[in-house]
Amino acid sequence: MSQMHIVVCIKQVPDSAQIRVHPVTNTIMRQGVPTIINPCDLFSLEEALRWRDRLGGEVTVLTMGPPTAAESLRKALAFGADRAVLLTDRYFAGSDTLATSFALTQAIAKVSDMWGAPDLVFCGKQTIDGDTAQVGPGIASRLGLNQLTYVASIASIDQEAGTIEAERRAEGGVQVLSTRLPALVTMLEGSNEMRRGSMASALAAATAEIVTWSAADAGIEDLTKCGLRGSPTVVKKVFAPLARSEKAEQIAAARRPTDEIAAELMETIFARQPAIESDLMRFASGQ
Amino acid sequence: MSEASAPPAPASGGRASMRKELPEHFKAYKHVWVFVEYEHGQIHPVSLELLGEGRKLADKLNAELAGVLIGADRDQLAAAAATCHEYGADLVYLTVDPIYEQYRNEPFTRAMTELVNTFKPEILLLGATTLGRDLAGSVATTLLTGLTADSTELAIDDERSLAATRPTFGGSLLCTIHTLNYRPQMATVRPRVMPMPTPQPGRSGRIVEHKPDLVEEDIVTKVLRFIPDRQSDTAQLAYADIVVAGGLGLRSAENFQLVKALAEVLGAEHGGSRPLVQKGWITADRQIGQTGKTIRPKLYIAAGISGAIQHRVGVEGADLIVAINIDPNAPIFDFAHVGVVADAVEFLPALTQTFAERLSVNRLAG
Repeated sequence: MSQMHIVVCIKQVPDSAQIRVHPVTNTIMRQGVPTIINPCDLFSLEEALRWRDRLGGEVTVLTMGPPTAAESLRKALAFGADRAVLLTDRYFAGSDTLATSFALTQAIAKVSDMWGAPDLVFCGKQTIDGDTAQVGPGIASRLGLNQLTYVASIASIDQEAGTIEAERRAEGGVQVLSTRLPALVTMLEGSNEMRRGSMASALAAATAEIVTWSAADAGIEDLTKCGLRGSPTVVKKVFAPLARSEKAEQIAAARRPTDEIAAELMETIFARQPAIESDLMRFASGQ
Repeated sequence: MSEASAPPAPASGGRASMRKELPEHFKAYKHVWVFVEYEHGQIHPVSLELLGEGRKLADKLNAELAGVLIGADRDQLAAAAATCHEYGADLVYLTVDPIYEQYRNEPFTRAMTELVNTFKPEILLLGATTLGRDLAGSVATTLLTGLTADSTELAIDDERSLAATRPTFGGSLLCTIHTLNYRPQMATVRPRVMPMPTPQPGRSGRIVEHKPDLVEEDIVTKVLRFIPDRQSDTAQLAYADIVVAGGLGLRSAENFQLVKALAEVLGAEHGGSRPLVQKGWITADRQIGQTGKTIRPKLYIAAGISGAIQHRVGVEGADLIVAINIDPNAPIFDFAHVGVVADAVEFLPALTQTFAERLSVNRLAG
């Protein structure tokens, strides 16, 4: 039986906690903003590493981004991934979800040619910058992979039978699903805890080769499906959220007993929203 | 939307000027559709919210509004279709078969894409739920059309194009996105972003049945079990009337109990800001904000939450926002309606006590 091959797609994103918007030009001020591996991707990476450790095989991490995204791939190698591929080309700039899933799909096909077709492809549930949760399903559709999104846990993978069983977070409950490999999985946040990479992997990662492909290297012939040209969606306007014109009504709090302030706050709430008072009274009388 | 890490293109020149005439074969695409999420005998409230929004878009376009219902039980679906009519749908596309008993990506994608290819909608809206997001990405990719995820505002521009506005970079910026040369124009919207419309009892409409040629044996993925959440385990945050939430100003996980205590007295749901999830003080399903839940309660009390933009995006729909924060310059006071500059840890017990006393007086009197 051949070894498992798992591909994990990750994205390097700006650390959103530190993003600032230029007050005049309304553009993101990226200078000095640290980048991180998209947090949701780490749960998928960890899950991939666990199953590789259990069943044997290899984990290939793949990202599309600027050359500096190599840094995130190195981190993934330090966690224990076996191979890292960076898809980088100016033709990819401005890709929306459809163009992104196209480019990644082409790269996964090339990965398959070089190192074997993956049994599993993992993606993050969503990114913290784009926040669309659509690229994973897009890749699954394009590659014809069976799709398991919002997975809380993978109960079993039987490579010989070609099956996977997983618990998926659905609306109002959990679906226990069984499907066939190859499959695409996105993990829920909190579904596992990222390992600390070993010292050996950290040292190896520092000097490891990052396989770097341009569009041509990845075998992409139709550049009209990439980047801006391949994106059916168009950003027409970018603007900062409007400030509320009315400032908050402040309950004076200085040098007053706390219970007096609390009473004033309660009365203010009831005065502004009388329905809340009647709702609460009904709730309190158990109706 | 820029899914690659390039910043959004500048508004002048760039993509905005790339408008071309809509290809001929897309000109037949008419009408506004809402995918109506129907599971376990219930329509998801987000679908009704979208019917309300879809109605406005359809009226602007002088087009019809259709709901799409996919499921297994004919009688239940007929009742659901009647509900869709009352919430504004002129017609309902109905796909009925035992294979649609529970949501699975493969058959639902197949049913949806076939409906789109047969009946050609101009706009297709879905809820940004776990189901809607699972389905929307597959449908858009299969149809090779554009999809704007998690829109917070939908409008029709002068050229009949859907303008979908969504927060980006954690809510720091908003961008308005169009799908110019492809149809349908697809968008997802999170629960509670749009207001719940008022139904019109007795309003009726048409039903069009259509079903793809698909049998259970064709479907690879099987549902082995469905484990419903116990009511007590599920945060009903998104649809709660009153929400009390805490932030880092509480200083410790233990102090989060103060939020829960106030919530209990008010019969409210409790939640928290993103850092509390990262610290493990609360579970992810109780996170409020851009990357968590959007809420729209009658009353929202934020204790010790600074009010980062990504939090603001999730709570702006509340009727009344009350902020308690020790820092008079905290951004939350820029969008709260009522503010108290105080240490949440000291102030919350007093507020809880005040409400408890008032409500117990009522209890005795009642």
